[in-house]
Amino acid sequence: MTNTFKKVTESIDKASAWQQKYREIMLLGKTLPVLPDVLKTDDALVPGCESKVWMFVEFDLKENTLVVIGDSDTRIVKGLLAIILALYNGLTPEQVVNIDAYEEFDKLGLISHLSASRGNGIKAMVDKIQTMAQHKIS
Amino acid sequence: MPALEFDINKIKNDFPTLKQSINDNPLVYLDSAATTQKPQSVIDAINEFYTSQNANVHRGRHTLSEHATTLYEQARDKTADYFNVLSKEIVWTKGATEAINLVGNGLRSRFNKDDTIIISALEHHANIVPWQVLSQQTGAKLIALPVNDDGTLNIKQCSDFIKQNKPSLLTITQASNALGNITNLEPLIKAAKEINSLVLIDGAQGAMHLKPDLRELNCDFYVCSSHKMLGPTGLGVLYGRYEALNALDVYQTGGEMIDKVYLTHSTYRPAPAKFETGTPNIAGVLGFSAALDYLDTLHSSNIQQYENDLFTYAVEKLVSIDGITIYSNLSNNIGTLSFNFKDEHPYDLATLLDGYGIAVRAGHHCAQPLMTHLGLNGTLRASFCFYNTHKDVDIFINSLKECIDLLD
Ligand SMILES: Cc1ncc(COP(=O)(O)O)c(C=O)c1O
Repeated sequence: MTNTFKKVTESIDKASAWQQKYREIMLLGKTLPVLPDVLKTDDALVPGCESKVWMFVEFDLKENTLVVIGDSDTRIVKGLLAIILALYNGLTPEQVVNIDAYEEFDKLGLISHLSASRGNGIKAMVDKIQTMAQHKIS
Repeated sequence: MPALEFDINKIKNDFPTLKQSINDNPLVYLDSAATTQKPQSVIDAINEFYTSQNANVHRGRHTLSEHATTLYEQARDKTADYFNVLSKEIVWTKGATEAINLVGNGLRSRFNKDDTIIISALEHHANIVPWQVLSQQTGAKLIALPVNDDGTLNIKQCSDFIKQNKPSLLTITQASNALGNITNLEPLIKAAKEINSLVLIDGAQGAMHLKPDLRELNCDFYVCSSHKMLGPTGLGVLYGRYEALNALDVYQTGGEMIDKVYLTHSTYRPAPAKFETGTPNIAGVLGFSAALDYLDTLHSSNIQQYENDLFTYAVEKLVSIDGITIYSNLSNNIGTLSFNFKDEHPYDLATLLDGYGIAVRAGHHCAQPLMTHLGLNGTLRASFCFYNTHKDVDIFINSLKECIDLLD
């Protein structure tokens, strides 16, 4: 696991009460830069969510590492997004496929936020990152 | 009939789902506008059907089948009684949505570019999209009643609008699912009837809370869903004034709905049979029958009085929280509170409330045109039912305050 991820999620990991966990998630969301309005296009929207989630997933051609940026109009989803970014940003495709977001979310006590029925876009984001990394390798 | 005691503790006890904990807190279920919980008697009726009564209906000449058919048709009679209409005017569908689609399809061959359909911005998507399709297929004009900025209707203005535009069909909701606002239907139906328009009322939200007398209401069609009236999912009701109903073209075709079948053509049975092809949702119908029995024991006037008291109590508490904006009309409401806290996203508060065991809905509530009209992205919606207690309201309000504190 990358050090950034450990550092970013430390406070969530330590929080014992669920209220504190959510508070930390929302604080984390506040640290993410706001996506400029020009980038908040319909194309970038993750479809079918009650909350709005914009995301861009690319590989940096020179470095061959993942670049993910995103934003959300809700505090909680934005915090979860920050966790995903900390988990995958800057990794090579090989590293990406070896990191299981489900396992990490489970360890943090956040697995329910990755269920399809939440419809918050986080699952779609993870799936897209994994598919693109797989594609890059093969 | 003497007013019966409305014993809320006994009533709440009849609903097994309400007895559980969610996230280590007692469940406070405030999402009855999405679907109501089911009393034990409904669950028992379904169980009993599959345990000892299961047979197909209208087919076998054996005892089981005859018994199942009797129970099944008694449910139709009860539904007709509930709405004060005739049994032959009741069609089983799989939900309010299918009932609306059935009418839309049944009118297709009669509609053309000279026809006008009037809907309103208060409608659920189920009472919008089927009419868009009908309009695209036939060239009929689709227009919407003027709705005030606060989501209420100016009845005089709407009545004039109807008389001016002379629709062939007026199709509006009895109560808004997003706001809970009750539509003042009588003058609108009167205006539509003066110009001989057909009238469909979407009763998905109103059927249980308001128990309408459809004969008196004088609409041509009325639709509702069993699952929003204590009954099981997968069953809906279409009421049609018999002449209007029987005049609709058939929707789905196959067995049961036919009179005579030749190789190249068939003749159909009269309504309601011609709209009920295939093996129906028998267990659902029997469960719904038990739901109607249950509602009958409570008496609609008691239900309405209790729900009004509870709603008033909830409103009082909610407005006392600084920063809350309520969008629902508070004086004429089925018990649904649509609101936001400052400019917070409803998703966040609904997620946090779930931590406290409180089930509310967040979002556009399948009423995007209404949200656009109100200039909102969405709302939080707490919808109450007669099985909710004043204590539920207290827990909801206290938890909401704690959730709000978590936001800063
Ligand atoms: C006003 C209204 N109309 C129609 C529907 C559709 O009902 P169903 O999904 O049961 O077919 C609903 C359900 O939410 C509703 O609230």
